Amino acid sequence: MLHTFVALVEDKPGVLTRVASLFRRLNINIVSLTVGHSERAGVSRMTIVCEASPTAGHRIAASLYKLENVLQVDDIGQLSHVARELALIKVAATPQTRSQVFELAEVFRARIVDLAPESLMIEITGVESKIEGLIQVLNEAGDRILEISRTGRMVMRRGQHTSKVLDAMRVPGVETIAEFQAEEDSAAPSDLLMAEETGL
Amino acid sequence: MSTGKHAKTPTNSGAGTRLTGAEIMWATLEGEGVSVVFGYPGGAILPAYDALRKFPIRHVLVRHEQGAAHAADGYARASGKVGVAIATSGPGATNLVTGIATAMLDSVPMVCITGQVSSKVLGTDAFQEVDITGITLPVTKHNYVVTRAEDVAKTIREAFLVARSGRPGPVLVDITKDAQQGLAEFDFAAAAPKPHRPHPMLKTESASILQAADLIRSAKKPVILAGHGIMQSSACQQVLTFAERMRIPVASTLLGLGAFPASHPLSLGMMGMHGEAWVNHAIQQADLLIACGMRFDDRVTGTLATYAPNAKKIHIEVDPAEINKNVKVDVALIGDLKEALEALLPHLPPKSTKHESAWLKEIESSKGEVAVRDIKNLPDSGHLYAAHVIHDLWRATEGKAIVVTDVGQHQMWEAQYYKHNEPRTLITSGGLGTMGFALPAAIGAKIACPDKEVWVVAGDGGFQMTAAELSTAAQEELDLNIAVVNNGYLGMVRQWQEFFYEKNYQSSPLRSPDFVKLAEAHGIRGTAVRKRPEVLPAVKEARGHKGPFVINFLVEKEDSVYPMIPAGSALHEMIRRPNRNPLVETADDK
Ligand SMILES: Cc1ncc(C[n+]2csc(CCOP(=O)(O)OP(=O)(O)O)c2C)c(N)n1
Ligand SMILES: [Mg+2]
Repeated sequence: MLHTFVALVEDKPGVLTRVASLFRRLNINIVSLTVGHSERAGVSRMTIVCEASPTAGHRIAASLYKLENVLQVDDIGQLSHVARELALIKVAATPQTRSQVFELAEVFRARIVDLAPESLMIEITGVESKIEGLIQVLNEAGDRILEISRTGRMVMRRGQHTSKVLDAMRVPGVETIAEFQAEEDSAAPSDLLMAEETGL
Repeated sequence: MSTGKHAKTPTNSGAGTRLTGAEIMWATLEGEGVSVVFGYPGGAILPAYDALRKFPIRHVLVRHEQGAAHAADGYARASGKVGVAIATSGPGATNLVTGIATAMLDSVPMVCITGQVSSKVLGTDAFQEVDITGITLPVTKHNYVVTRAEDVAKTIREAFLVARSGRPGPVLVDITKDAQQGLAEFDFAAAAPKPHRPHPMLKTESASILQAADLIRSAKKPVILAGHGIMQSSACQQVLTFAERMRIPVASTLLGLGAFPASHPLSLGMMGMHGEAWVNHAIQQADLLIACGMRFDDRVTGTLATYAPNAKKIHIEVDPAEINKNVKVDVALIGDLKEALEALLPHLPPKSTKHESAWLKEIESSKGEVAVRDIKNLPDSGHLYAAHVIHDLWRATEGKAIVVTDVGQHQMWEAQYYKHNEPRTLITSGGLGTMGFALPAAIGAKIACPDKEVWVVAGDGGFQMTAAELSTAAQEELDLNIAVVNNGYLGMVRQWQEFFYEKNYQSSPLRSPDFVKLAEAHGIRGTAVRKRPEVLPAVKEARGHKGPFVINFLVEKEDSVYPMIPAGSALHEMIRRPNRNPLVETADDK
């Protein structure tokens, strides 16, 4: 079963190795791992997707907490969340065959971000299945895919949810966070957002 | 635990003091309450050694860095304080690794400091450069690289906090040579670590406490499983109160021995692979197991499929990652054991003695003949068994010595025949099972507890792995008694070969030097013992002697440890001692 964890970690050298090494030690394969800055200075945010037995979630989260640089772990599990992935796909296309690719890209609400005489590049954002769908139709249409670069899944929980651990530690976040939450509370997730989520 | 109560004002401290990184290192150690370190010098740590003379810290020069790590470990286990080991970069650092892993597997608080090449050449394969933080990443609780003098104090202070907080463990601090040489302001108080982040998975919720109390109150056949965590959490008194109030028998893990007095009527003894039959039977028959600071290691559960099939399980444990790892439990109290028991006890009214007797009697009757471990008056068959040695040692020392064992058959015999009534009196490598541990760890234990009698119990194989530390014991003039249980074999390997490999004794017989002469070569007194009547006089001589003393006990060569549960078998499927063995006789001195 696929597990998804969001980990807030200290932004220091070697932290990624520690996290990766933990999964290696547990003999668990990481499916995807994305890291970037979070809303707090000095704190990075990782989304880790891994394949493990359905009951492994507790042990993985607890083991992550054993790493001194890991500040907060969220086992996303069934929690309501938004998941996204970004992919760049380079397709072989000449001026004669381009328009067919344009059409497919449009259906998937993808964008063309580079055009060259022999190829073009598509940028697509969405849930994994949407990206895989585009790859599939490109293949089926006989368009030769030259390169694919995918970020792996990023997730964020819906609704008001911030790190209690970091708040307790008084790790400062973005200043506007309080106003932001107030807005979030009143606005129910719009139909449009939900539609995007389930997307193609 | 907070660092606050350990900290004291170091010799050179206070805002505005400028020191070298090396001086800051020692001043910080001093501030953390360190009075002795175990180490070995070399190029990359020389600035630190050069500064040592300015500080009131004793340095014990070992003969191999593995010895430094084990000595720091033994020091920590005997005292409950953080042990400190020091080594140079490269080979000095890699020699520490076995000792660090040993401490990691047994959750021992330790800080290792290694020198590192200058930060300017880091990553260039400079002379004696190794990536020791990379190498030790999976065997430390955490580790650090320090490249600037101004980071030395705060990193070392944080290392101590990490080593002793929560589930303790070893921490390594790798300090580059230029960080040792650089100047920085030293302010011990200002370098205090931030409080540890709250751990959202630590929770002894009142609902769980009530649930646990219900299970305990209604249990008919409960057993307490006592582990190392009892000592780590200083919860011996709470466990004793708990067991006595509810009249629950206590089974111990190897590392838990001593946490509950062996002579207590409710003490069952050691569980697991070489535990007595009645202990493992009690666990298999139990309707409730209360695991206190133990982790259901495979050596104590046997095959999990048939482990304690009728028992509900309560797990009181500080490390959330241990919950449901091996054995699925019904109630988990995640947090400090002492605090959890203190929260639990008010919900447990003393048990009337009605139900008790049935269960305790059942256990008592299952002891039967094999319960006899007291072999004082065995007829002298002309053979010397390791059991005799340990038994007589126990008698002579009245069970009060700190015994530091190595790994193998003698370790199990020690656990079976030496009754430990006090915590921290059995020091042994459980999780990693590291041969060569005993002598250096005993050096650390003796230095931690100079007023305690300390015995090494080692096999002829393991003793030779770190026998060079005899020089350390001699140089430090330690009053250390060393019993080598010499069976001419890597005995535990031979036993497995006898049971599971058709007596193919491949590479398990070993020839040893004359250990008495080896001792003498170190300026250490020694004697050999071949017969039962010689045991006590030799033990007496060693105890009366000032300075290290080696006794070479030439014991029966092909004796085995019984009972034994083969790895992967159920807890009740054990190999018993064959009949009419001279060690199984009737008790005499009740
Ligand atoms: C460093 C290390 N290497 C190998 C082993 C595997 N091993 C476990 S017990 C044992 C035999 C120990 O022999 P000895 O020290 O003579 O003790 P005995 O079992 O004879 O009492 C061996 C080789 C180990 N535990 N540690
Ligand atoms: Mg031997």
